[in-house]
Amino acid sequence: MNAWFIHHRAALSAAFRRLWATPLNTLLSVIVIGIALTLPAFGYVALDNLRDLGRNASGVQQISLFMSLEASKKDLGEIESRLRQAANGKWKFVPKEEALKRMQSSEGMAEIVASLPRNPLPDAFIIEPANIEPEALEILRKEIAGWPKVAHVQLDSAWIKRFDAFLRLGKLALWMLAGLFGAGLVAVTFNTIRLQVMAQSAEIEVARMIGATDGFIRRPFYYFGALQGALGGLLAAALVLAALRLLGGPVGELAALYGGNFSLRPPGIVETLGLATLGAFLGWLGAQLSVSLSLRKLD
Amino acid sequence: MILASNLTKRYPGGFEAVKDTSFSIEAGQMVLITGHSGAGKTTLVKLISTIERPTSGSLVVNGQNLSALGRSAIPHVRRHFGLVFQGQKLLFDRNALENVLLPLQIAGLPRREAIRRAQAALDKVGLLAREKANPIALSGGEQQRLAIARAVVNRPTILIADEPTGNLDSESGMAILDILADFHRVGVTVVVATHDQSWIARCHPNVLRLAHGKVVA
Repeated sequence: MNAWFIHHRAALSAAFRRLWATPLNTLLSVIVIGIALTLPAFGYVALDNLRDLGRNASGVQQISLFMSLEASKKDLGEIESRLRQAANGKWKFVPKEEALKRMQSSEGMAEIVASLPRNPLPDAFIIEPANIEPEALEILRKEIAGWPKVAHVQLDSAWIKRFDAFLRLGKLALWMLAGLFGAGLVAVTFNTIRLQVMAQSAEIEVARMIGATDGFIRRPFYYFGALQGALGGLLAAALVLAALRLLGGPVGELAALYGGNFSLRPPGIVETLGLATLGAFLGWLGAQLSVSLSLRKLD
Repeated sequence: MILASNLTKRYPGGFEAVKDTSFSIEAGQMVLITGHSGAGKTTLVKLISTIERPTSGSLVVNGQNLSALGRSAIPHVRRHFGLVFQGQKLLFDRNALENVLLPLQIAGLPRREAIRRAQAALDKVGLLAREKANPIALSGGEQQRLAIARAVVNRPTILIADEPTGNLDSESGMAILDILADFHRVGVTVVVATHDQSWIARCHPNVLRLAHGKVVA
């Protein structure tokens, strides 16, 4: 076993001992860190779910292509061929006869349709592109509008743009919130470590005099900050999970009232580990700043 | 070997604790640094043990010029010294064994090996039976012996002690002297700063007499 490994193992166990030695302080710090991480984490999960909801909402990501009335079968074949090249995704051809049948089946439309001298509806394609970013949809819409015998291309871009703008605004607010609470987390760790360094100033002084390197002195504080932050991250993941569980039922009922089938997606193992890692990083950062400043005072 | 040439230590404010001093200490010697209060004994000990840096002059210890050492190299140099501080500087939040373990943890020894060596050091100073005791529960003489055990546990080439009997009665002081003399007998260079002249008669060491920051004899 080399000295490097022994030092790190000793520093890690010292950090665990310090966490365990003052359980109430540790618990309170972890709760503060957990709450600080919960708000942005919940915001992230909520936005993620909203994005899913937006993507799954019927019609939102569809482009309707209406052919001109005089379009021939050859023209339709040409459009199909172009769609194969241009639109990475799915599309469905809706012949004008089928469109008329659908119209007839609609309540109160049968008589109106019967009174028409001929089918006024065009052949149509319903396109569901793979890339549903508003910009990409708009580019595709413009391209399709320029194809031969295409009378009209319909994209509910205003809705998509509004929804996307809302998501972007939410994301920006979330980043600001995350930055604010991240700074709070760093401050909490900074203060905890500062108090520890002050309490252990005698040990630090002796250790330095008998040959301890800066790394040897700093390491247990780094591990402490990172562990505390990681525990806070795990608590935040648990709180987000609990909140989603509580909201899951009412959200499902609300979706059912609108004829949909939507359930909130909880944070997965990757997101949970990500949250713990973020907490550990911010805790380490707080410890790093605190130890550097505190040790300078002890010099 | 310790070789000082024109060594000077000037503190902020201009006070010169050590002035243009030159001396040499051979490996394996026992040297007493004596002098009145304020003569510069503690500063000289701090210079040798790299706790203080010289203002000018050179100080070569075991072939290394301490004056030219970079900050990052100092901890590694200190591990070759055994330091017994004025006032012991024991840690009262851990027991005697854990105090002695500290230098070995810094050196990165495996725990089992470190415990074995720490117990051997405690045995050497007659404190093995009190390894679980908190230093606060030890007498002044025992605390000083514990400080020596911590200083020697890393098998230093140079043992440096600053007023190791300062607060002890004469009997405890003599016991400390005997322990230091034992280490000298097995080849360790022992440097002791003291104002206690009775040491000279008891163990006939080489003497560096300081007055106003200069070696006078």
